[in-house]
Amino acid sequence: MDIEETAVKARAFSYFRAATIDQALDAHARAGDDARFIAGGQSLVPALSLRLQAPRLLIDITHIDEMRGIRREGGYLRIGALTRHCEMLSEPLIAEFAPLLHAAAPFVAHRAIRNRGTFGGSVALADPASEFPAMTLALDAEIEIAGATGTRRVKADDFFLDLFETALQPGELITAIYIPLFKADQRFAFDELARRRGDYALVGCGMLATFAGERIDDIRISFFSVSNTPTRVRGAEATLIGSSLDAERIAAAQAALEGDLAPPDSDEVSPAMRLHLARVLLGRVLGRLGEGA
Amino acid sequence: MSAPLTSLDRPNSYIGRSVPRPNAKRLLAGRGRYISDLRLPRMLYAAFLRSPHAHAKIVSINTDEARALEGVHLVAIGADLAKICAPWTGTLDHFKGMTSAPQLPLPLDRVVWAGQAVVAVVAESRAIAEDALELIEVDYEDLLAVVDIDSARDAGGPVINPGSANNTCFRAQLDNGTVDDAFAHAAHVVEEEFSFGRHTAVTLEPRAIVADYDPAAGALTVHHATQTPYQFQDLYSRHYGIPEARVRVIATDIGGSFGMKLHVYHEDMAVVGLSILLGRPVKYVADRIESFVSDIHARDHRVRARMALDAKGEILAMDVLDLTAIGAFSTYPRTSVVEGNQVIRLMGAPYRFKNYRASLEVIFQNKVQTSQYRAVGHPIACAVTERLVDMAAAKVGLDPFAIRAQNFIADDAYPQTSPTGYRFEALSHQASLKRLHELMNYDGLRAEQADLRKRGVYRGIGIAAFVEITNPSPAFYGVGGARISSQDGAILSLTPSGEVRCLISVTEQGQGTEAIINQIVADQLGLGQEHVKVITGDTEVTPHGGATWACRGAGIGGETALQATRLLKRNILEIAALILQEQPSALDIIDGELVDAGTRNQRMPISEIARIAYFRSDTLPPGTQAQLTVSHHFAPQGYPFAFTNGIQGCSLEVDVETGFIKMLKHFIVEDCGRVINPMLVDEQLRGGIVQGLGAALFEECRYSETGQLVNGSLADYLVPMPTEMPDIVIAHVETPTADTVLGAKGVGEAGTAAASACVLNAVNDAIAPFDATINSIPITPVKVLKALKRF
Ligand SMILES: Cc1cc2nc3c(=O)[nH]c(=O)nc-3n(C[C@H](O)[C@H](O)[C@H](O)COP(=O)(O)OP(=O)(O)OC[C@H]3O[C@@H](n4cnc5c(N)ncnc54)[C@H](O)[C@@H]3O)c2cc1C
Repeated sequence: MDIEETAVKARAFSYFRAATIDQALDAHARAGDDARFIAGGQSLVPALSLRLQAPRLLIDITHIDEMRGIRREGGYLRIGALTRHCEMLSEPLIAEFAPLLHAAAPFVAHRAIRNRGTFGGSVALADPASEFPAMTLALDAEIEIAGATGTRRVKADDFFLDLFETALQPGELITAIYIPLFKADQRFAFDELARRRGDYALVGCGMLATFAGERIDDIRISFFSVSNTPTRVRGAEATLIGSSLDAERIAAAQAALEGDLAPPDSDEVSPAMRLHLARVLLGRVLGRLGEGA
Repeated sequence: MSAPLTSLDRPNSYIGRSVPRPNAKRLLAGRGRYISDLRLPRMLYAAFLRSPHAHAKIVSINTDEARALEGVHLVAIGADLAKICAPWTGTLDHFKGMTSAPQLPLPLDRVVWAGQAVVAVVAESRAIAEDALELIEVDYEDLLAVVDIDSARDAGGPVINPGSANNTCFRAQLDNGTVDDAFAHAAHVVEEEFSFGRHTAVTLEPRAIVADYDPAAGALTVHHATQTPYQFQDLYSRHYGIPEARVRVIATDIGGSFGMKLHVYHEDMAVVGLSILLGRPVKYVADRIESFVSDIHARDHRVRARMALDAKGEILAMDVLDLTAIGAFSTYPRTSVVEGNQVIRLMGAPYRFKNYRASLEVIFQNKVQTSQYRAVGHPIACAVTERLVDMAAAKVGLDPFAIRAQNFIADDAYPQTSPTGYRFEALSHQASLKRLHELMNYDGLRAEQADLRKRGVYRGIGIAAFVEITNPSPAFYGVGGARISSQDGAILSLTPSGEVRCLISVTEQGQGTEAIINQIVADQLGLGQEHVKVITGDTEVTPHGGATWACRGAGIGGETALQATRLLKRNILEIAALILQEQPSALDIIDGELVDAGTRNQRMPISEIARIAYFRSDTLPPGTQAQLTVSHHFAPQGYPFAFTNGIQGCSLEVDVETGFIKMLKHFIVEDCGRVINPMLVDEQLRGGIVQGLGAALFEECRYSETGQLVNGSLADYLVPMPTEMPDIVIAHVETPTADTVLGAKGVGEAGTAAASACVLNAVNDAIAPFDATINSIPITPVKVLKALKRF
């Protein structure tokens, strides 16, 4: 269709398709603040259409082969940043070695969006209501970043800084995410409370635990939609480590959330209600973890 | 009670058959032609700069840079359009004492809601027009905004319309003088305050318009996604001073309307003016964000109501106060007070009591206008009445079915006049109640509920009876001075090859109007459905009529088609009788063939009659002039409205820890009189119910304290989605109206009328063990948890 004739909502921009990481970094460096990488476009394009963002240059990174693919590397699963949400559901390597991502994926948006949205885009955007960024915390993932000074790996724990603010410097790319391989003595569980299937959740939570028999040796619990960033609840984790999952422990973990979370006020859901929902959800998800998830 | 058998019920009748819609395949194949698809030569595109303030003075507007942008053809402000467009006022005479300020396409000096269009830009593309918007500077001086019912009624608070003493738009009172006495002698009184949030239509296709003024001919053509092309022909003619005959409104394919597409919108009026100023076609399509802040909203009521009963549970009286906050203006030309008016008149409609009092107060506030949207007023009257009935049942110790059985107007007691003055011809509450009881396996559901409660699972069962207003006569708008027709017209022709073309004034927005008109014409003439072509929605071509509003397509449009077809058939039979040397009464038409009325022996195909009449009139007896085109109008007479009734039921589960509600199943027994196409009737019911469930659980336009709509996008405004919707089980009772041959009444609003009431009752049923109640719609998890005191 003729572009003059249609209702175009975004401000005009130039487009560059990068074939390599270096090309993408280089194009961004030259354009400066006025450039954006575009991956699946599922968050960026709505922002452009609403004119919330109006970059002069879009750098399409979806043809960069180095950022694709899923493979084992040492004790990690390396998931290319361009891995689409739908591949989290279809790829056997994910189901086997990062089953928490596999479990979370059906809750991310709707099929059409999952067909395009990328793991790297989701983590880079760091929407506090998003499932995957929070799961990188629970999984103790490492984020591989390519920038002007080379490539580095940042722990998820150190990556999410504030609302939509991460360790990524302007012009840097997430190239892959490394997930420690899922082990036989581990269990995971995930759930969220969303008004409608596919919506951003009112509160959501995923966890990965290492068991010695019925005793929890280690556990990482991460919440989303509770704060300005995806949030690990270390107080709750601490109440669980070293114990088995009985009703009393679960109640203690739920109580600990009060210290772990300080949900912001939103127009519909008060902090007290969000905290309440987080407690309920934690109880339910821990219950499932106890059942072997 | 089922419809008595008539000629409409004979075997092979198209009436009562689920034939597919002729236009469905075309639309599914992507061959629909919507306004967005329309590209006229030399067409330009409009975009609007909108007010960021809910209430502010416009100090200055600087458009210099915007005008200078390449590709921009016109930048217009309020004064530019005020020169050519006469202002409009959204009042009607029969609403005594109502006020509303005059409106113009774009404001002159004051904005009264956040999102109001302030400046229009016309450019070679929408993108350029939007670029230009960013270059316009408007200097505002903030005024105090009135954003809720209480502050609007606050005596010392800000007044929205200068020159008015307060923010009251309209007051009405119904009182038969016996209410205080009835309450004084009541054994039981139940009382509650209810609130109903604002919501909006969210049509798949947004508002869309192309205005094309031809200065050489002095003629205006408007391609408009509207349900009421004739009304707009009249309005564009009057407000722009163009003779009516030179204004043509074409309503092409339309993607849903639900009442939202029959009001005058400022942008639409502006686009017509912009085209006149430029002498070129101008297109405007609202985007979703614009739709949320400029389409009409609906509801926004706060109702205090009480009901008096005797010791046995007989309802004695109702006493109601409805406060409703509209926008800063009343909508034109149908006003924003019809909803409140219907709320107070539909209260208690299924029941026998006679003592009634109601007050209505309609209030201005700084938000976008509210006005008629599917099931105007019904869901509010129904929810208030049916919740009070359930509360009364609990107090008296009756089952919800039992108290209704006891209090319904008996099916054999009609005609009846309601305490609010409505005249009911014949309704079937008792039969419907009985049918619902079986349909939902009520006793089974109750047993299951009790079992599950022991395990901490809280299910709720709710029912809600309703009365729907359909087939409106001129008593609705005409008497108030509005040039809104309640009649319809049809022009039918037998074509030279023996097919039928039907031009009719009712219109199609996706609900299947054209399909049922096709069925009626085919049936009444005796032709195959595929030989009837129905044409709608072009004021230059189709006769003047009411088109689509309230519930009238089948009841009024259908009767128009039926009567017109009978005229055409009479004319065809007269010619056939001359050709076959028979009496017309000895002949009939079946399946496109002239037959002997008695033996049904085929005599001649109808196409042969057409051939002779059109091409060999020389073979007809001298003096014969075959009249194979007929025109006919039909206006409802008799009862001012054809009321329908029905009852809905539902089963749902409340998660008492999270406040989430899961709909399990929904039921409806509905009586719309004669069912023309069961499939389409059921689609109307399902669609209507889903919209009602949306209102019950999800949809609400939420505003900040400064009057900003805070959830004006589909990411934040929750519409009901298939995954959350329950299966809907449908049954019918048929009580045709005797006012027409066809006997059809409306059905489009029945689903919406009671769905939210039903859910409200079911949720309250579910949380009853906690001594908690909810009387506010939508029922969100926040409200459930608050009611349960969980945090
Ligand atoms: C209707 C709808 C519902 C949704 N619901 C959900 C939901 O329930 N849960 C959820 O998690 N998400 C949801 N999303 C968002 C979706 O998951 C996005 O796909 C995702 O957040 C971003 O991925 P993307 O590849 O589309 O990124 P893009 O939109 O292309 O980019 C997003 C941002 O990340 C940057 N970026 C992208 N890739 C990289 C990279 N490799 N390195 C550095 N920067 C990068 C871009 O420059 C941009 O700033 C929804 C989206 C829509 C439209």
